[in-house]
Amino acid sequence: MRFSSIGYTIKQGFCNIWRNKMFSLASIATMSACIFLFGLFFAIVTNFQAMVKEAESGVAVTVFFNEGITQDEIDWIGEEIGKRVEVSEYNFISAEEAWEEFKTEYFGNDEQAAAGFQDDNPLANSASYEIYMNDISMQSTLVDYLTGLEGVREVRQSEIVANTLSDFNSLIGYISVGIILILLLVAVFLISNTVTTGIAVRKDEIGIMKLIGATDRFVRAPFIIEGVMIGLMGSILPLILLYILYNKVIVYIGEKFSFLNTLINFLPVEEVFDSLVPVALILGVGIGFLGSRITIRKHLKV
Amino acid sequence: MIKLEHVSKTYSAGIPALNDINLEITEGEFVFIVGDSGSGKSTLIKLLLKELEPSEGVITVDGKKLHTIRRRHIPKFRRNLGVVFQDFRLLKDRNVYDNVAFAQRVIGAPVRESRRKVPAILSTVGLAAKYKSYPKQLSGGEQQRVAIARALINQPKILLADEPTGNLDANNAWEIMKLLEEINARGTTVVVVTHNMEIVKAMNKRVITVQKGIIVSDEKGDDDEI
Repeated sequence: MRFSSIGYTIKQGFCNIWRNKMFSLASIATMSACIFLFGLFFAIVTNFQAMVKEAESGVAVTVFFNEGITQDEIDWIGEEIGKRVEVSEYNFISAEEAWEEFKTEYFGNDEQAAAGFQDDNPLANSASYEIYMNDISMQSTLVDYLTGLEGVREVRQSEIVANTLSDFNSLIGYISVGIILILLLVAVFLISNTVTTGIAVRKDEIGIMKLIGATDRFVRAPFIIEGVMIGLMGSILPLILLYILYNKVIVYIGEKFSFLNTLINFLPVEEVFDSLVPVALILGVGIGFLGSRITIRKHLKV
Repeated sequence: MIKLEHVSKTYSAGIPALNDINLEITEGEFVFIVGDSGSGKSTLIKLLLKELEPSEGVITVDGKKLHTIRRRHIPKFRRNLGVVFQDFRLLKDRNVYDNVAFAQRVIGAPVRESRRKVPAILSTVGLAAKYKSYPKQLSGGEQQRVAIARALINQPKILLADEPTGNLDANNAWEIMKLLEEINARGTTVVVVTHNMEIVKAMNKRVITVQKGIIVSDEKGDDDEI
């Protein structure tokens, strides 16, 4: 295709949008609403996942050893734990450290109360590894492995927390996929309607084009451009709106519901938009392309 | 230039629109195809444009057997044919210049070439002064001239005209026929489908008469060389 033909095709794409002003506006508006909802959900999911990740990082599995185990054997267990892909971090806590922590937690500054245990550490057999994971859903696999290790007496885990977080994460994932699929269908249908009207309006012109030797690509390209432009505009507008609203909402929640500040830590707008902008643009342009392509295949037999 | 060998076309209703047509039109000829409404004239034009496929037989245009042309090569094939219709089929939202330049645009010709060729072809059809006018500002005859200019801009070897004078008064019809004759004199093969017998007689060209899908006569004109 010549450069002038490309320019002509793009111009015709815009002309199509202009000729079908009302239909195009309706498509852009509905597309914007769909992408806005998607963006809203995306921002909530991203924030929630960040919170879940943070919560996950606080959940640990603790491994206790058999009585009379040597330091070499403990070190070997540590090395084995370190090799596991599920493990992000592990710390050795000696019996003395465990006792120190316990003392501080339960006796506080009461030196006398703790003094009774001066030479007799009640947690003598409580040396342990505290293990943190990359993904909480891998906990049961890791626990099974750790239980099978020689020298391991007990593995403690917080199964309820792990399962709840993992289930909630999956639920959010399923809802996201569901919403995206519904939005995709609605938007494809809308763009298809607009392009169908465009084809009907330009029926005579298309007929003439065919008779004087226009290729399929030449006839179809302006309709593809039309769909893609509607998709693009329908994703840029809600992105701008979401950018403005996101910051305002964070500030508003922070001010009005200050008690939430300790529970919720919102991500900065840049972090959310780093991934939201490409996803929304690809979604918009993709839906526009798909909607117009399906329609011209169906209605434009050239 | 155009050859039909045992060509038949039957639509889904089962009635044959064309039945065992054998016909040859040589390069540079001017041919009228006449017949009543429903005789199969328009079906013949559609077959030549490869808008329709024959039910039987072989059609050859400019040395190409049409049944061997792949779907994606049809646009390229049609660029060798200029087409003119009774209802002009101009783009109402574009002026005379743009309507003619549109045919160049469609085949991807450079804009520079259009700027050179469009005024020249508009002069040929006598509309150079009206290049800025829109179709609704022109008479029927003038609109048909624009359609002819558009059909000729890509220098086709064959010009097919389906009832080109059907919507015109006697004067305009005669002028359009004279224009087609001039185009033919420059070497383009011209095939005109019409039922205006007055003009056909006055032009004194080869006349093929079709009735109920069959060629009933093929008379050579006095000034035909073949």
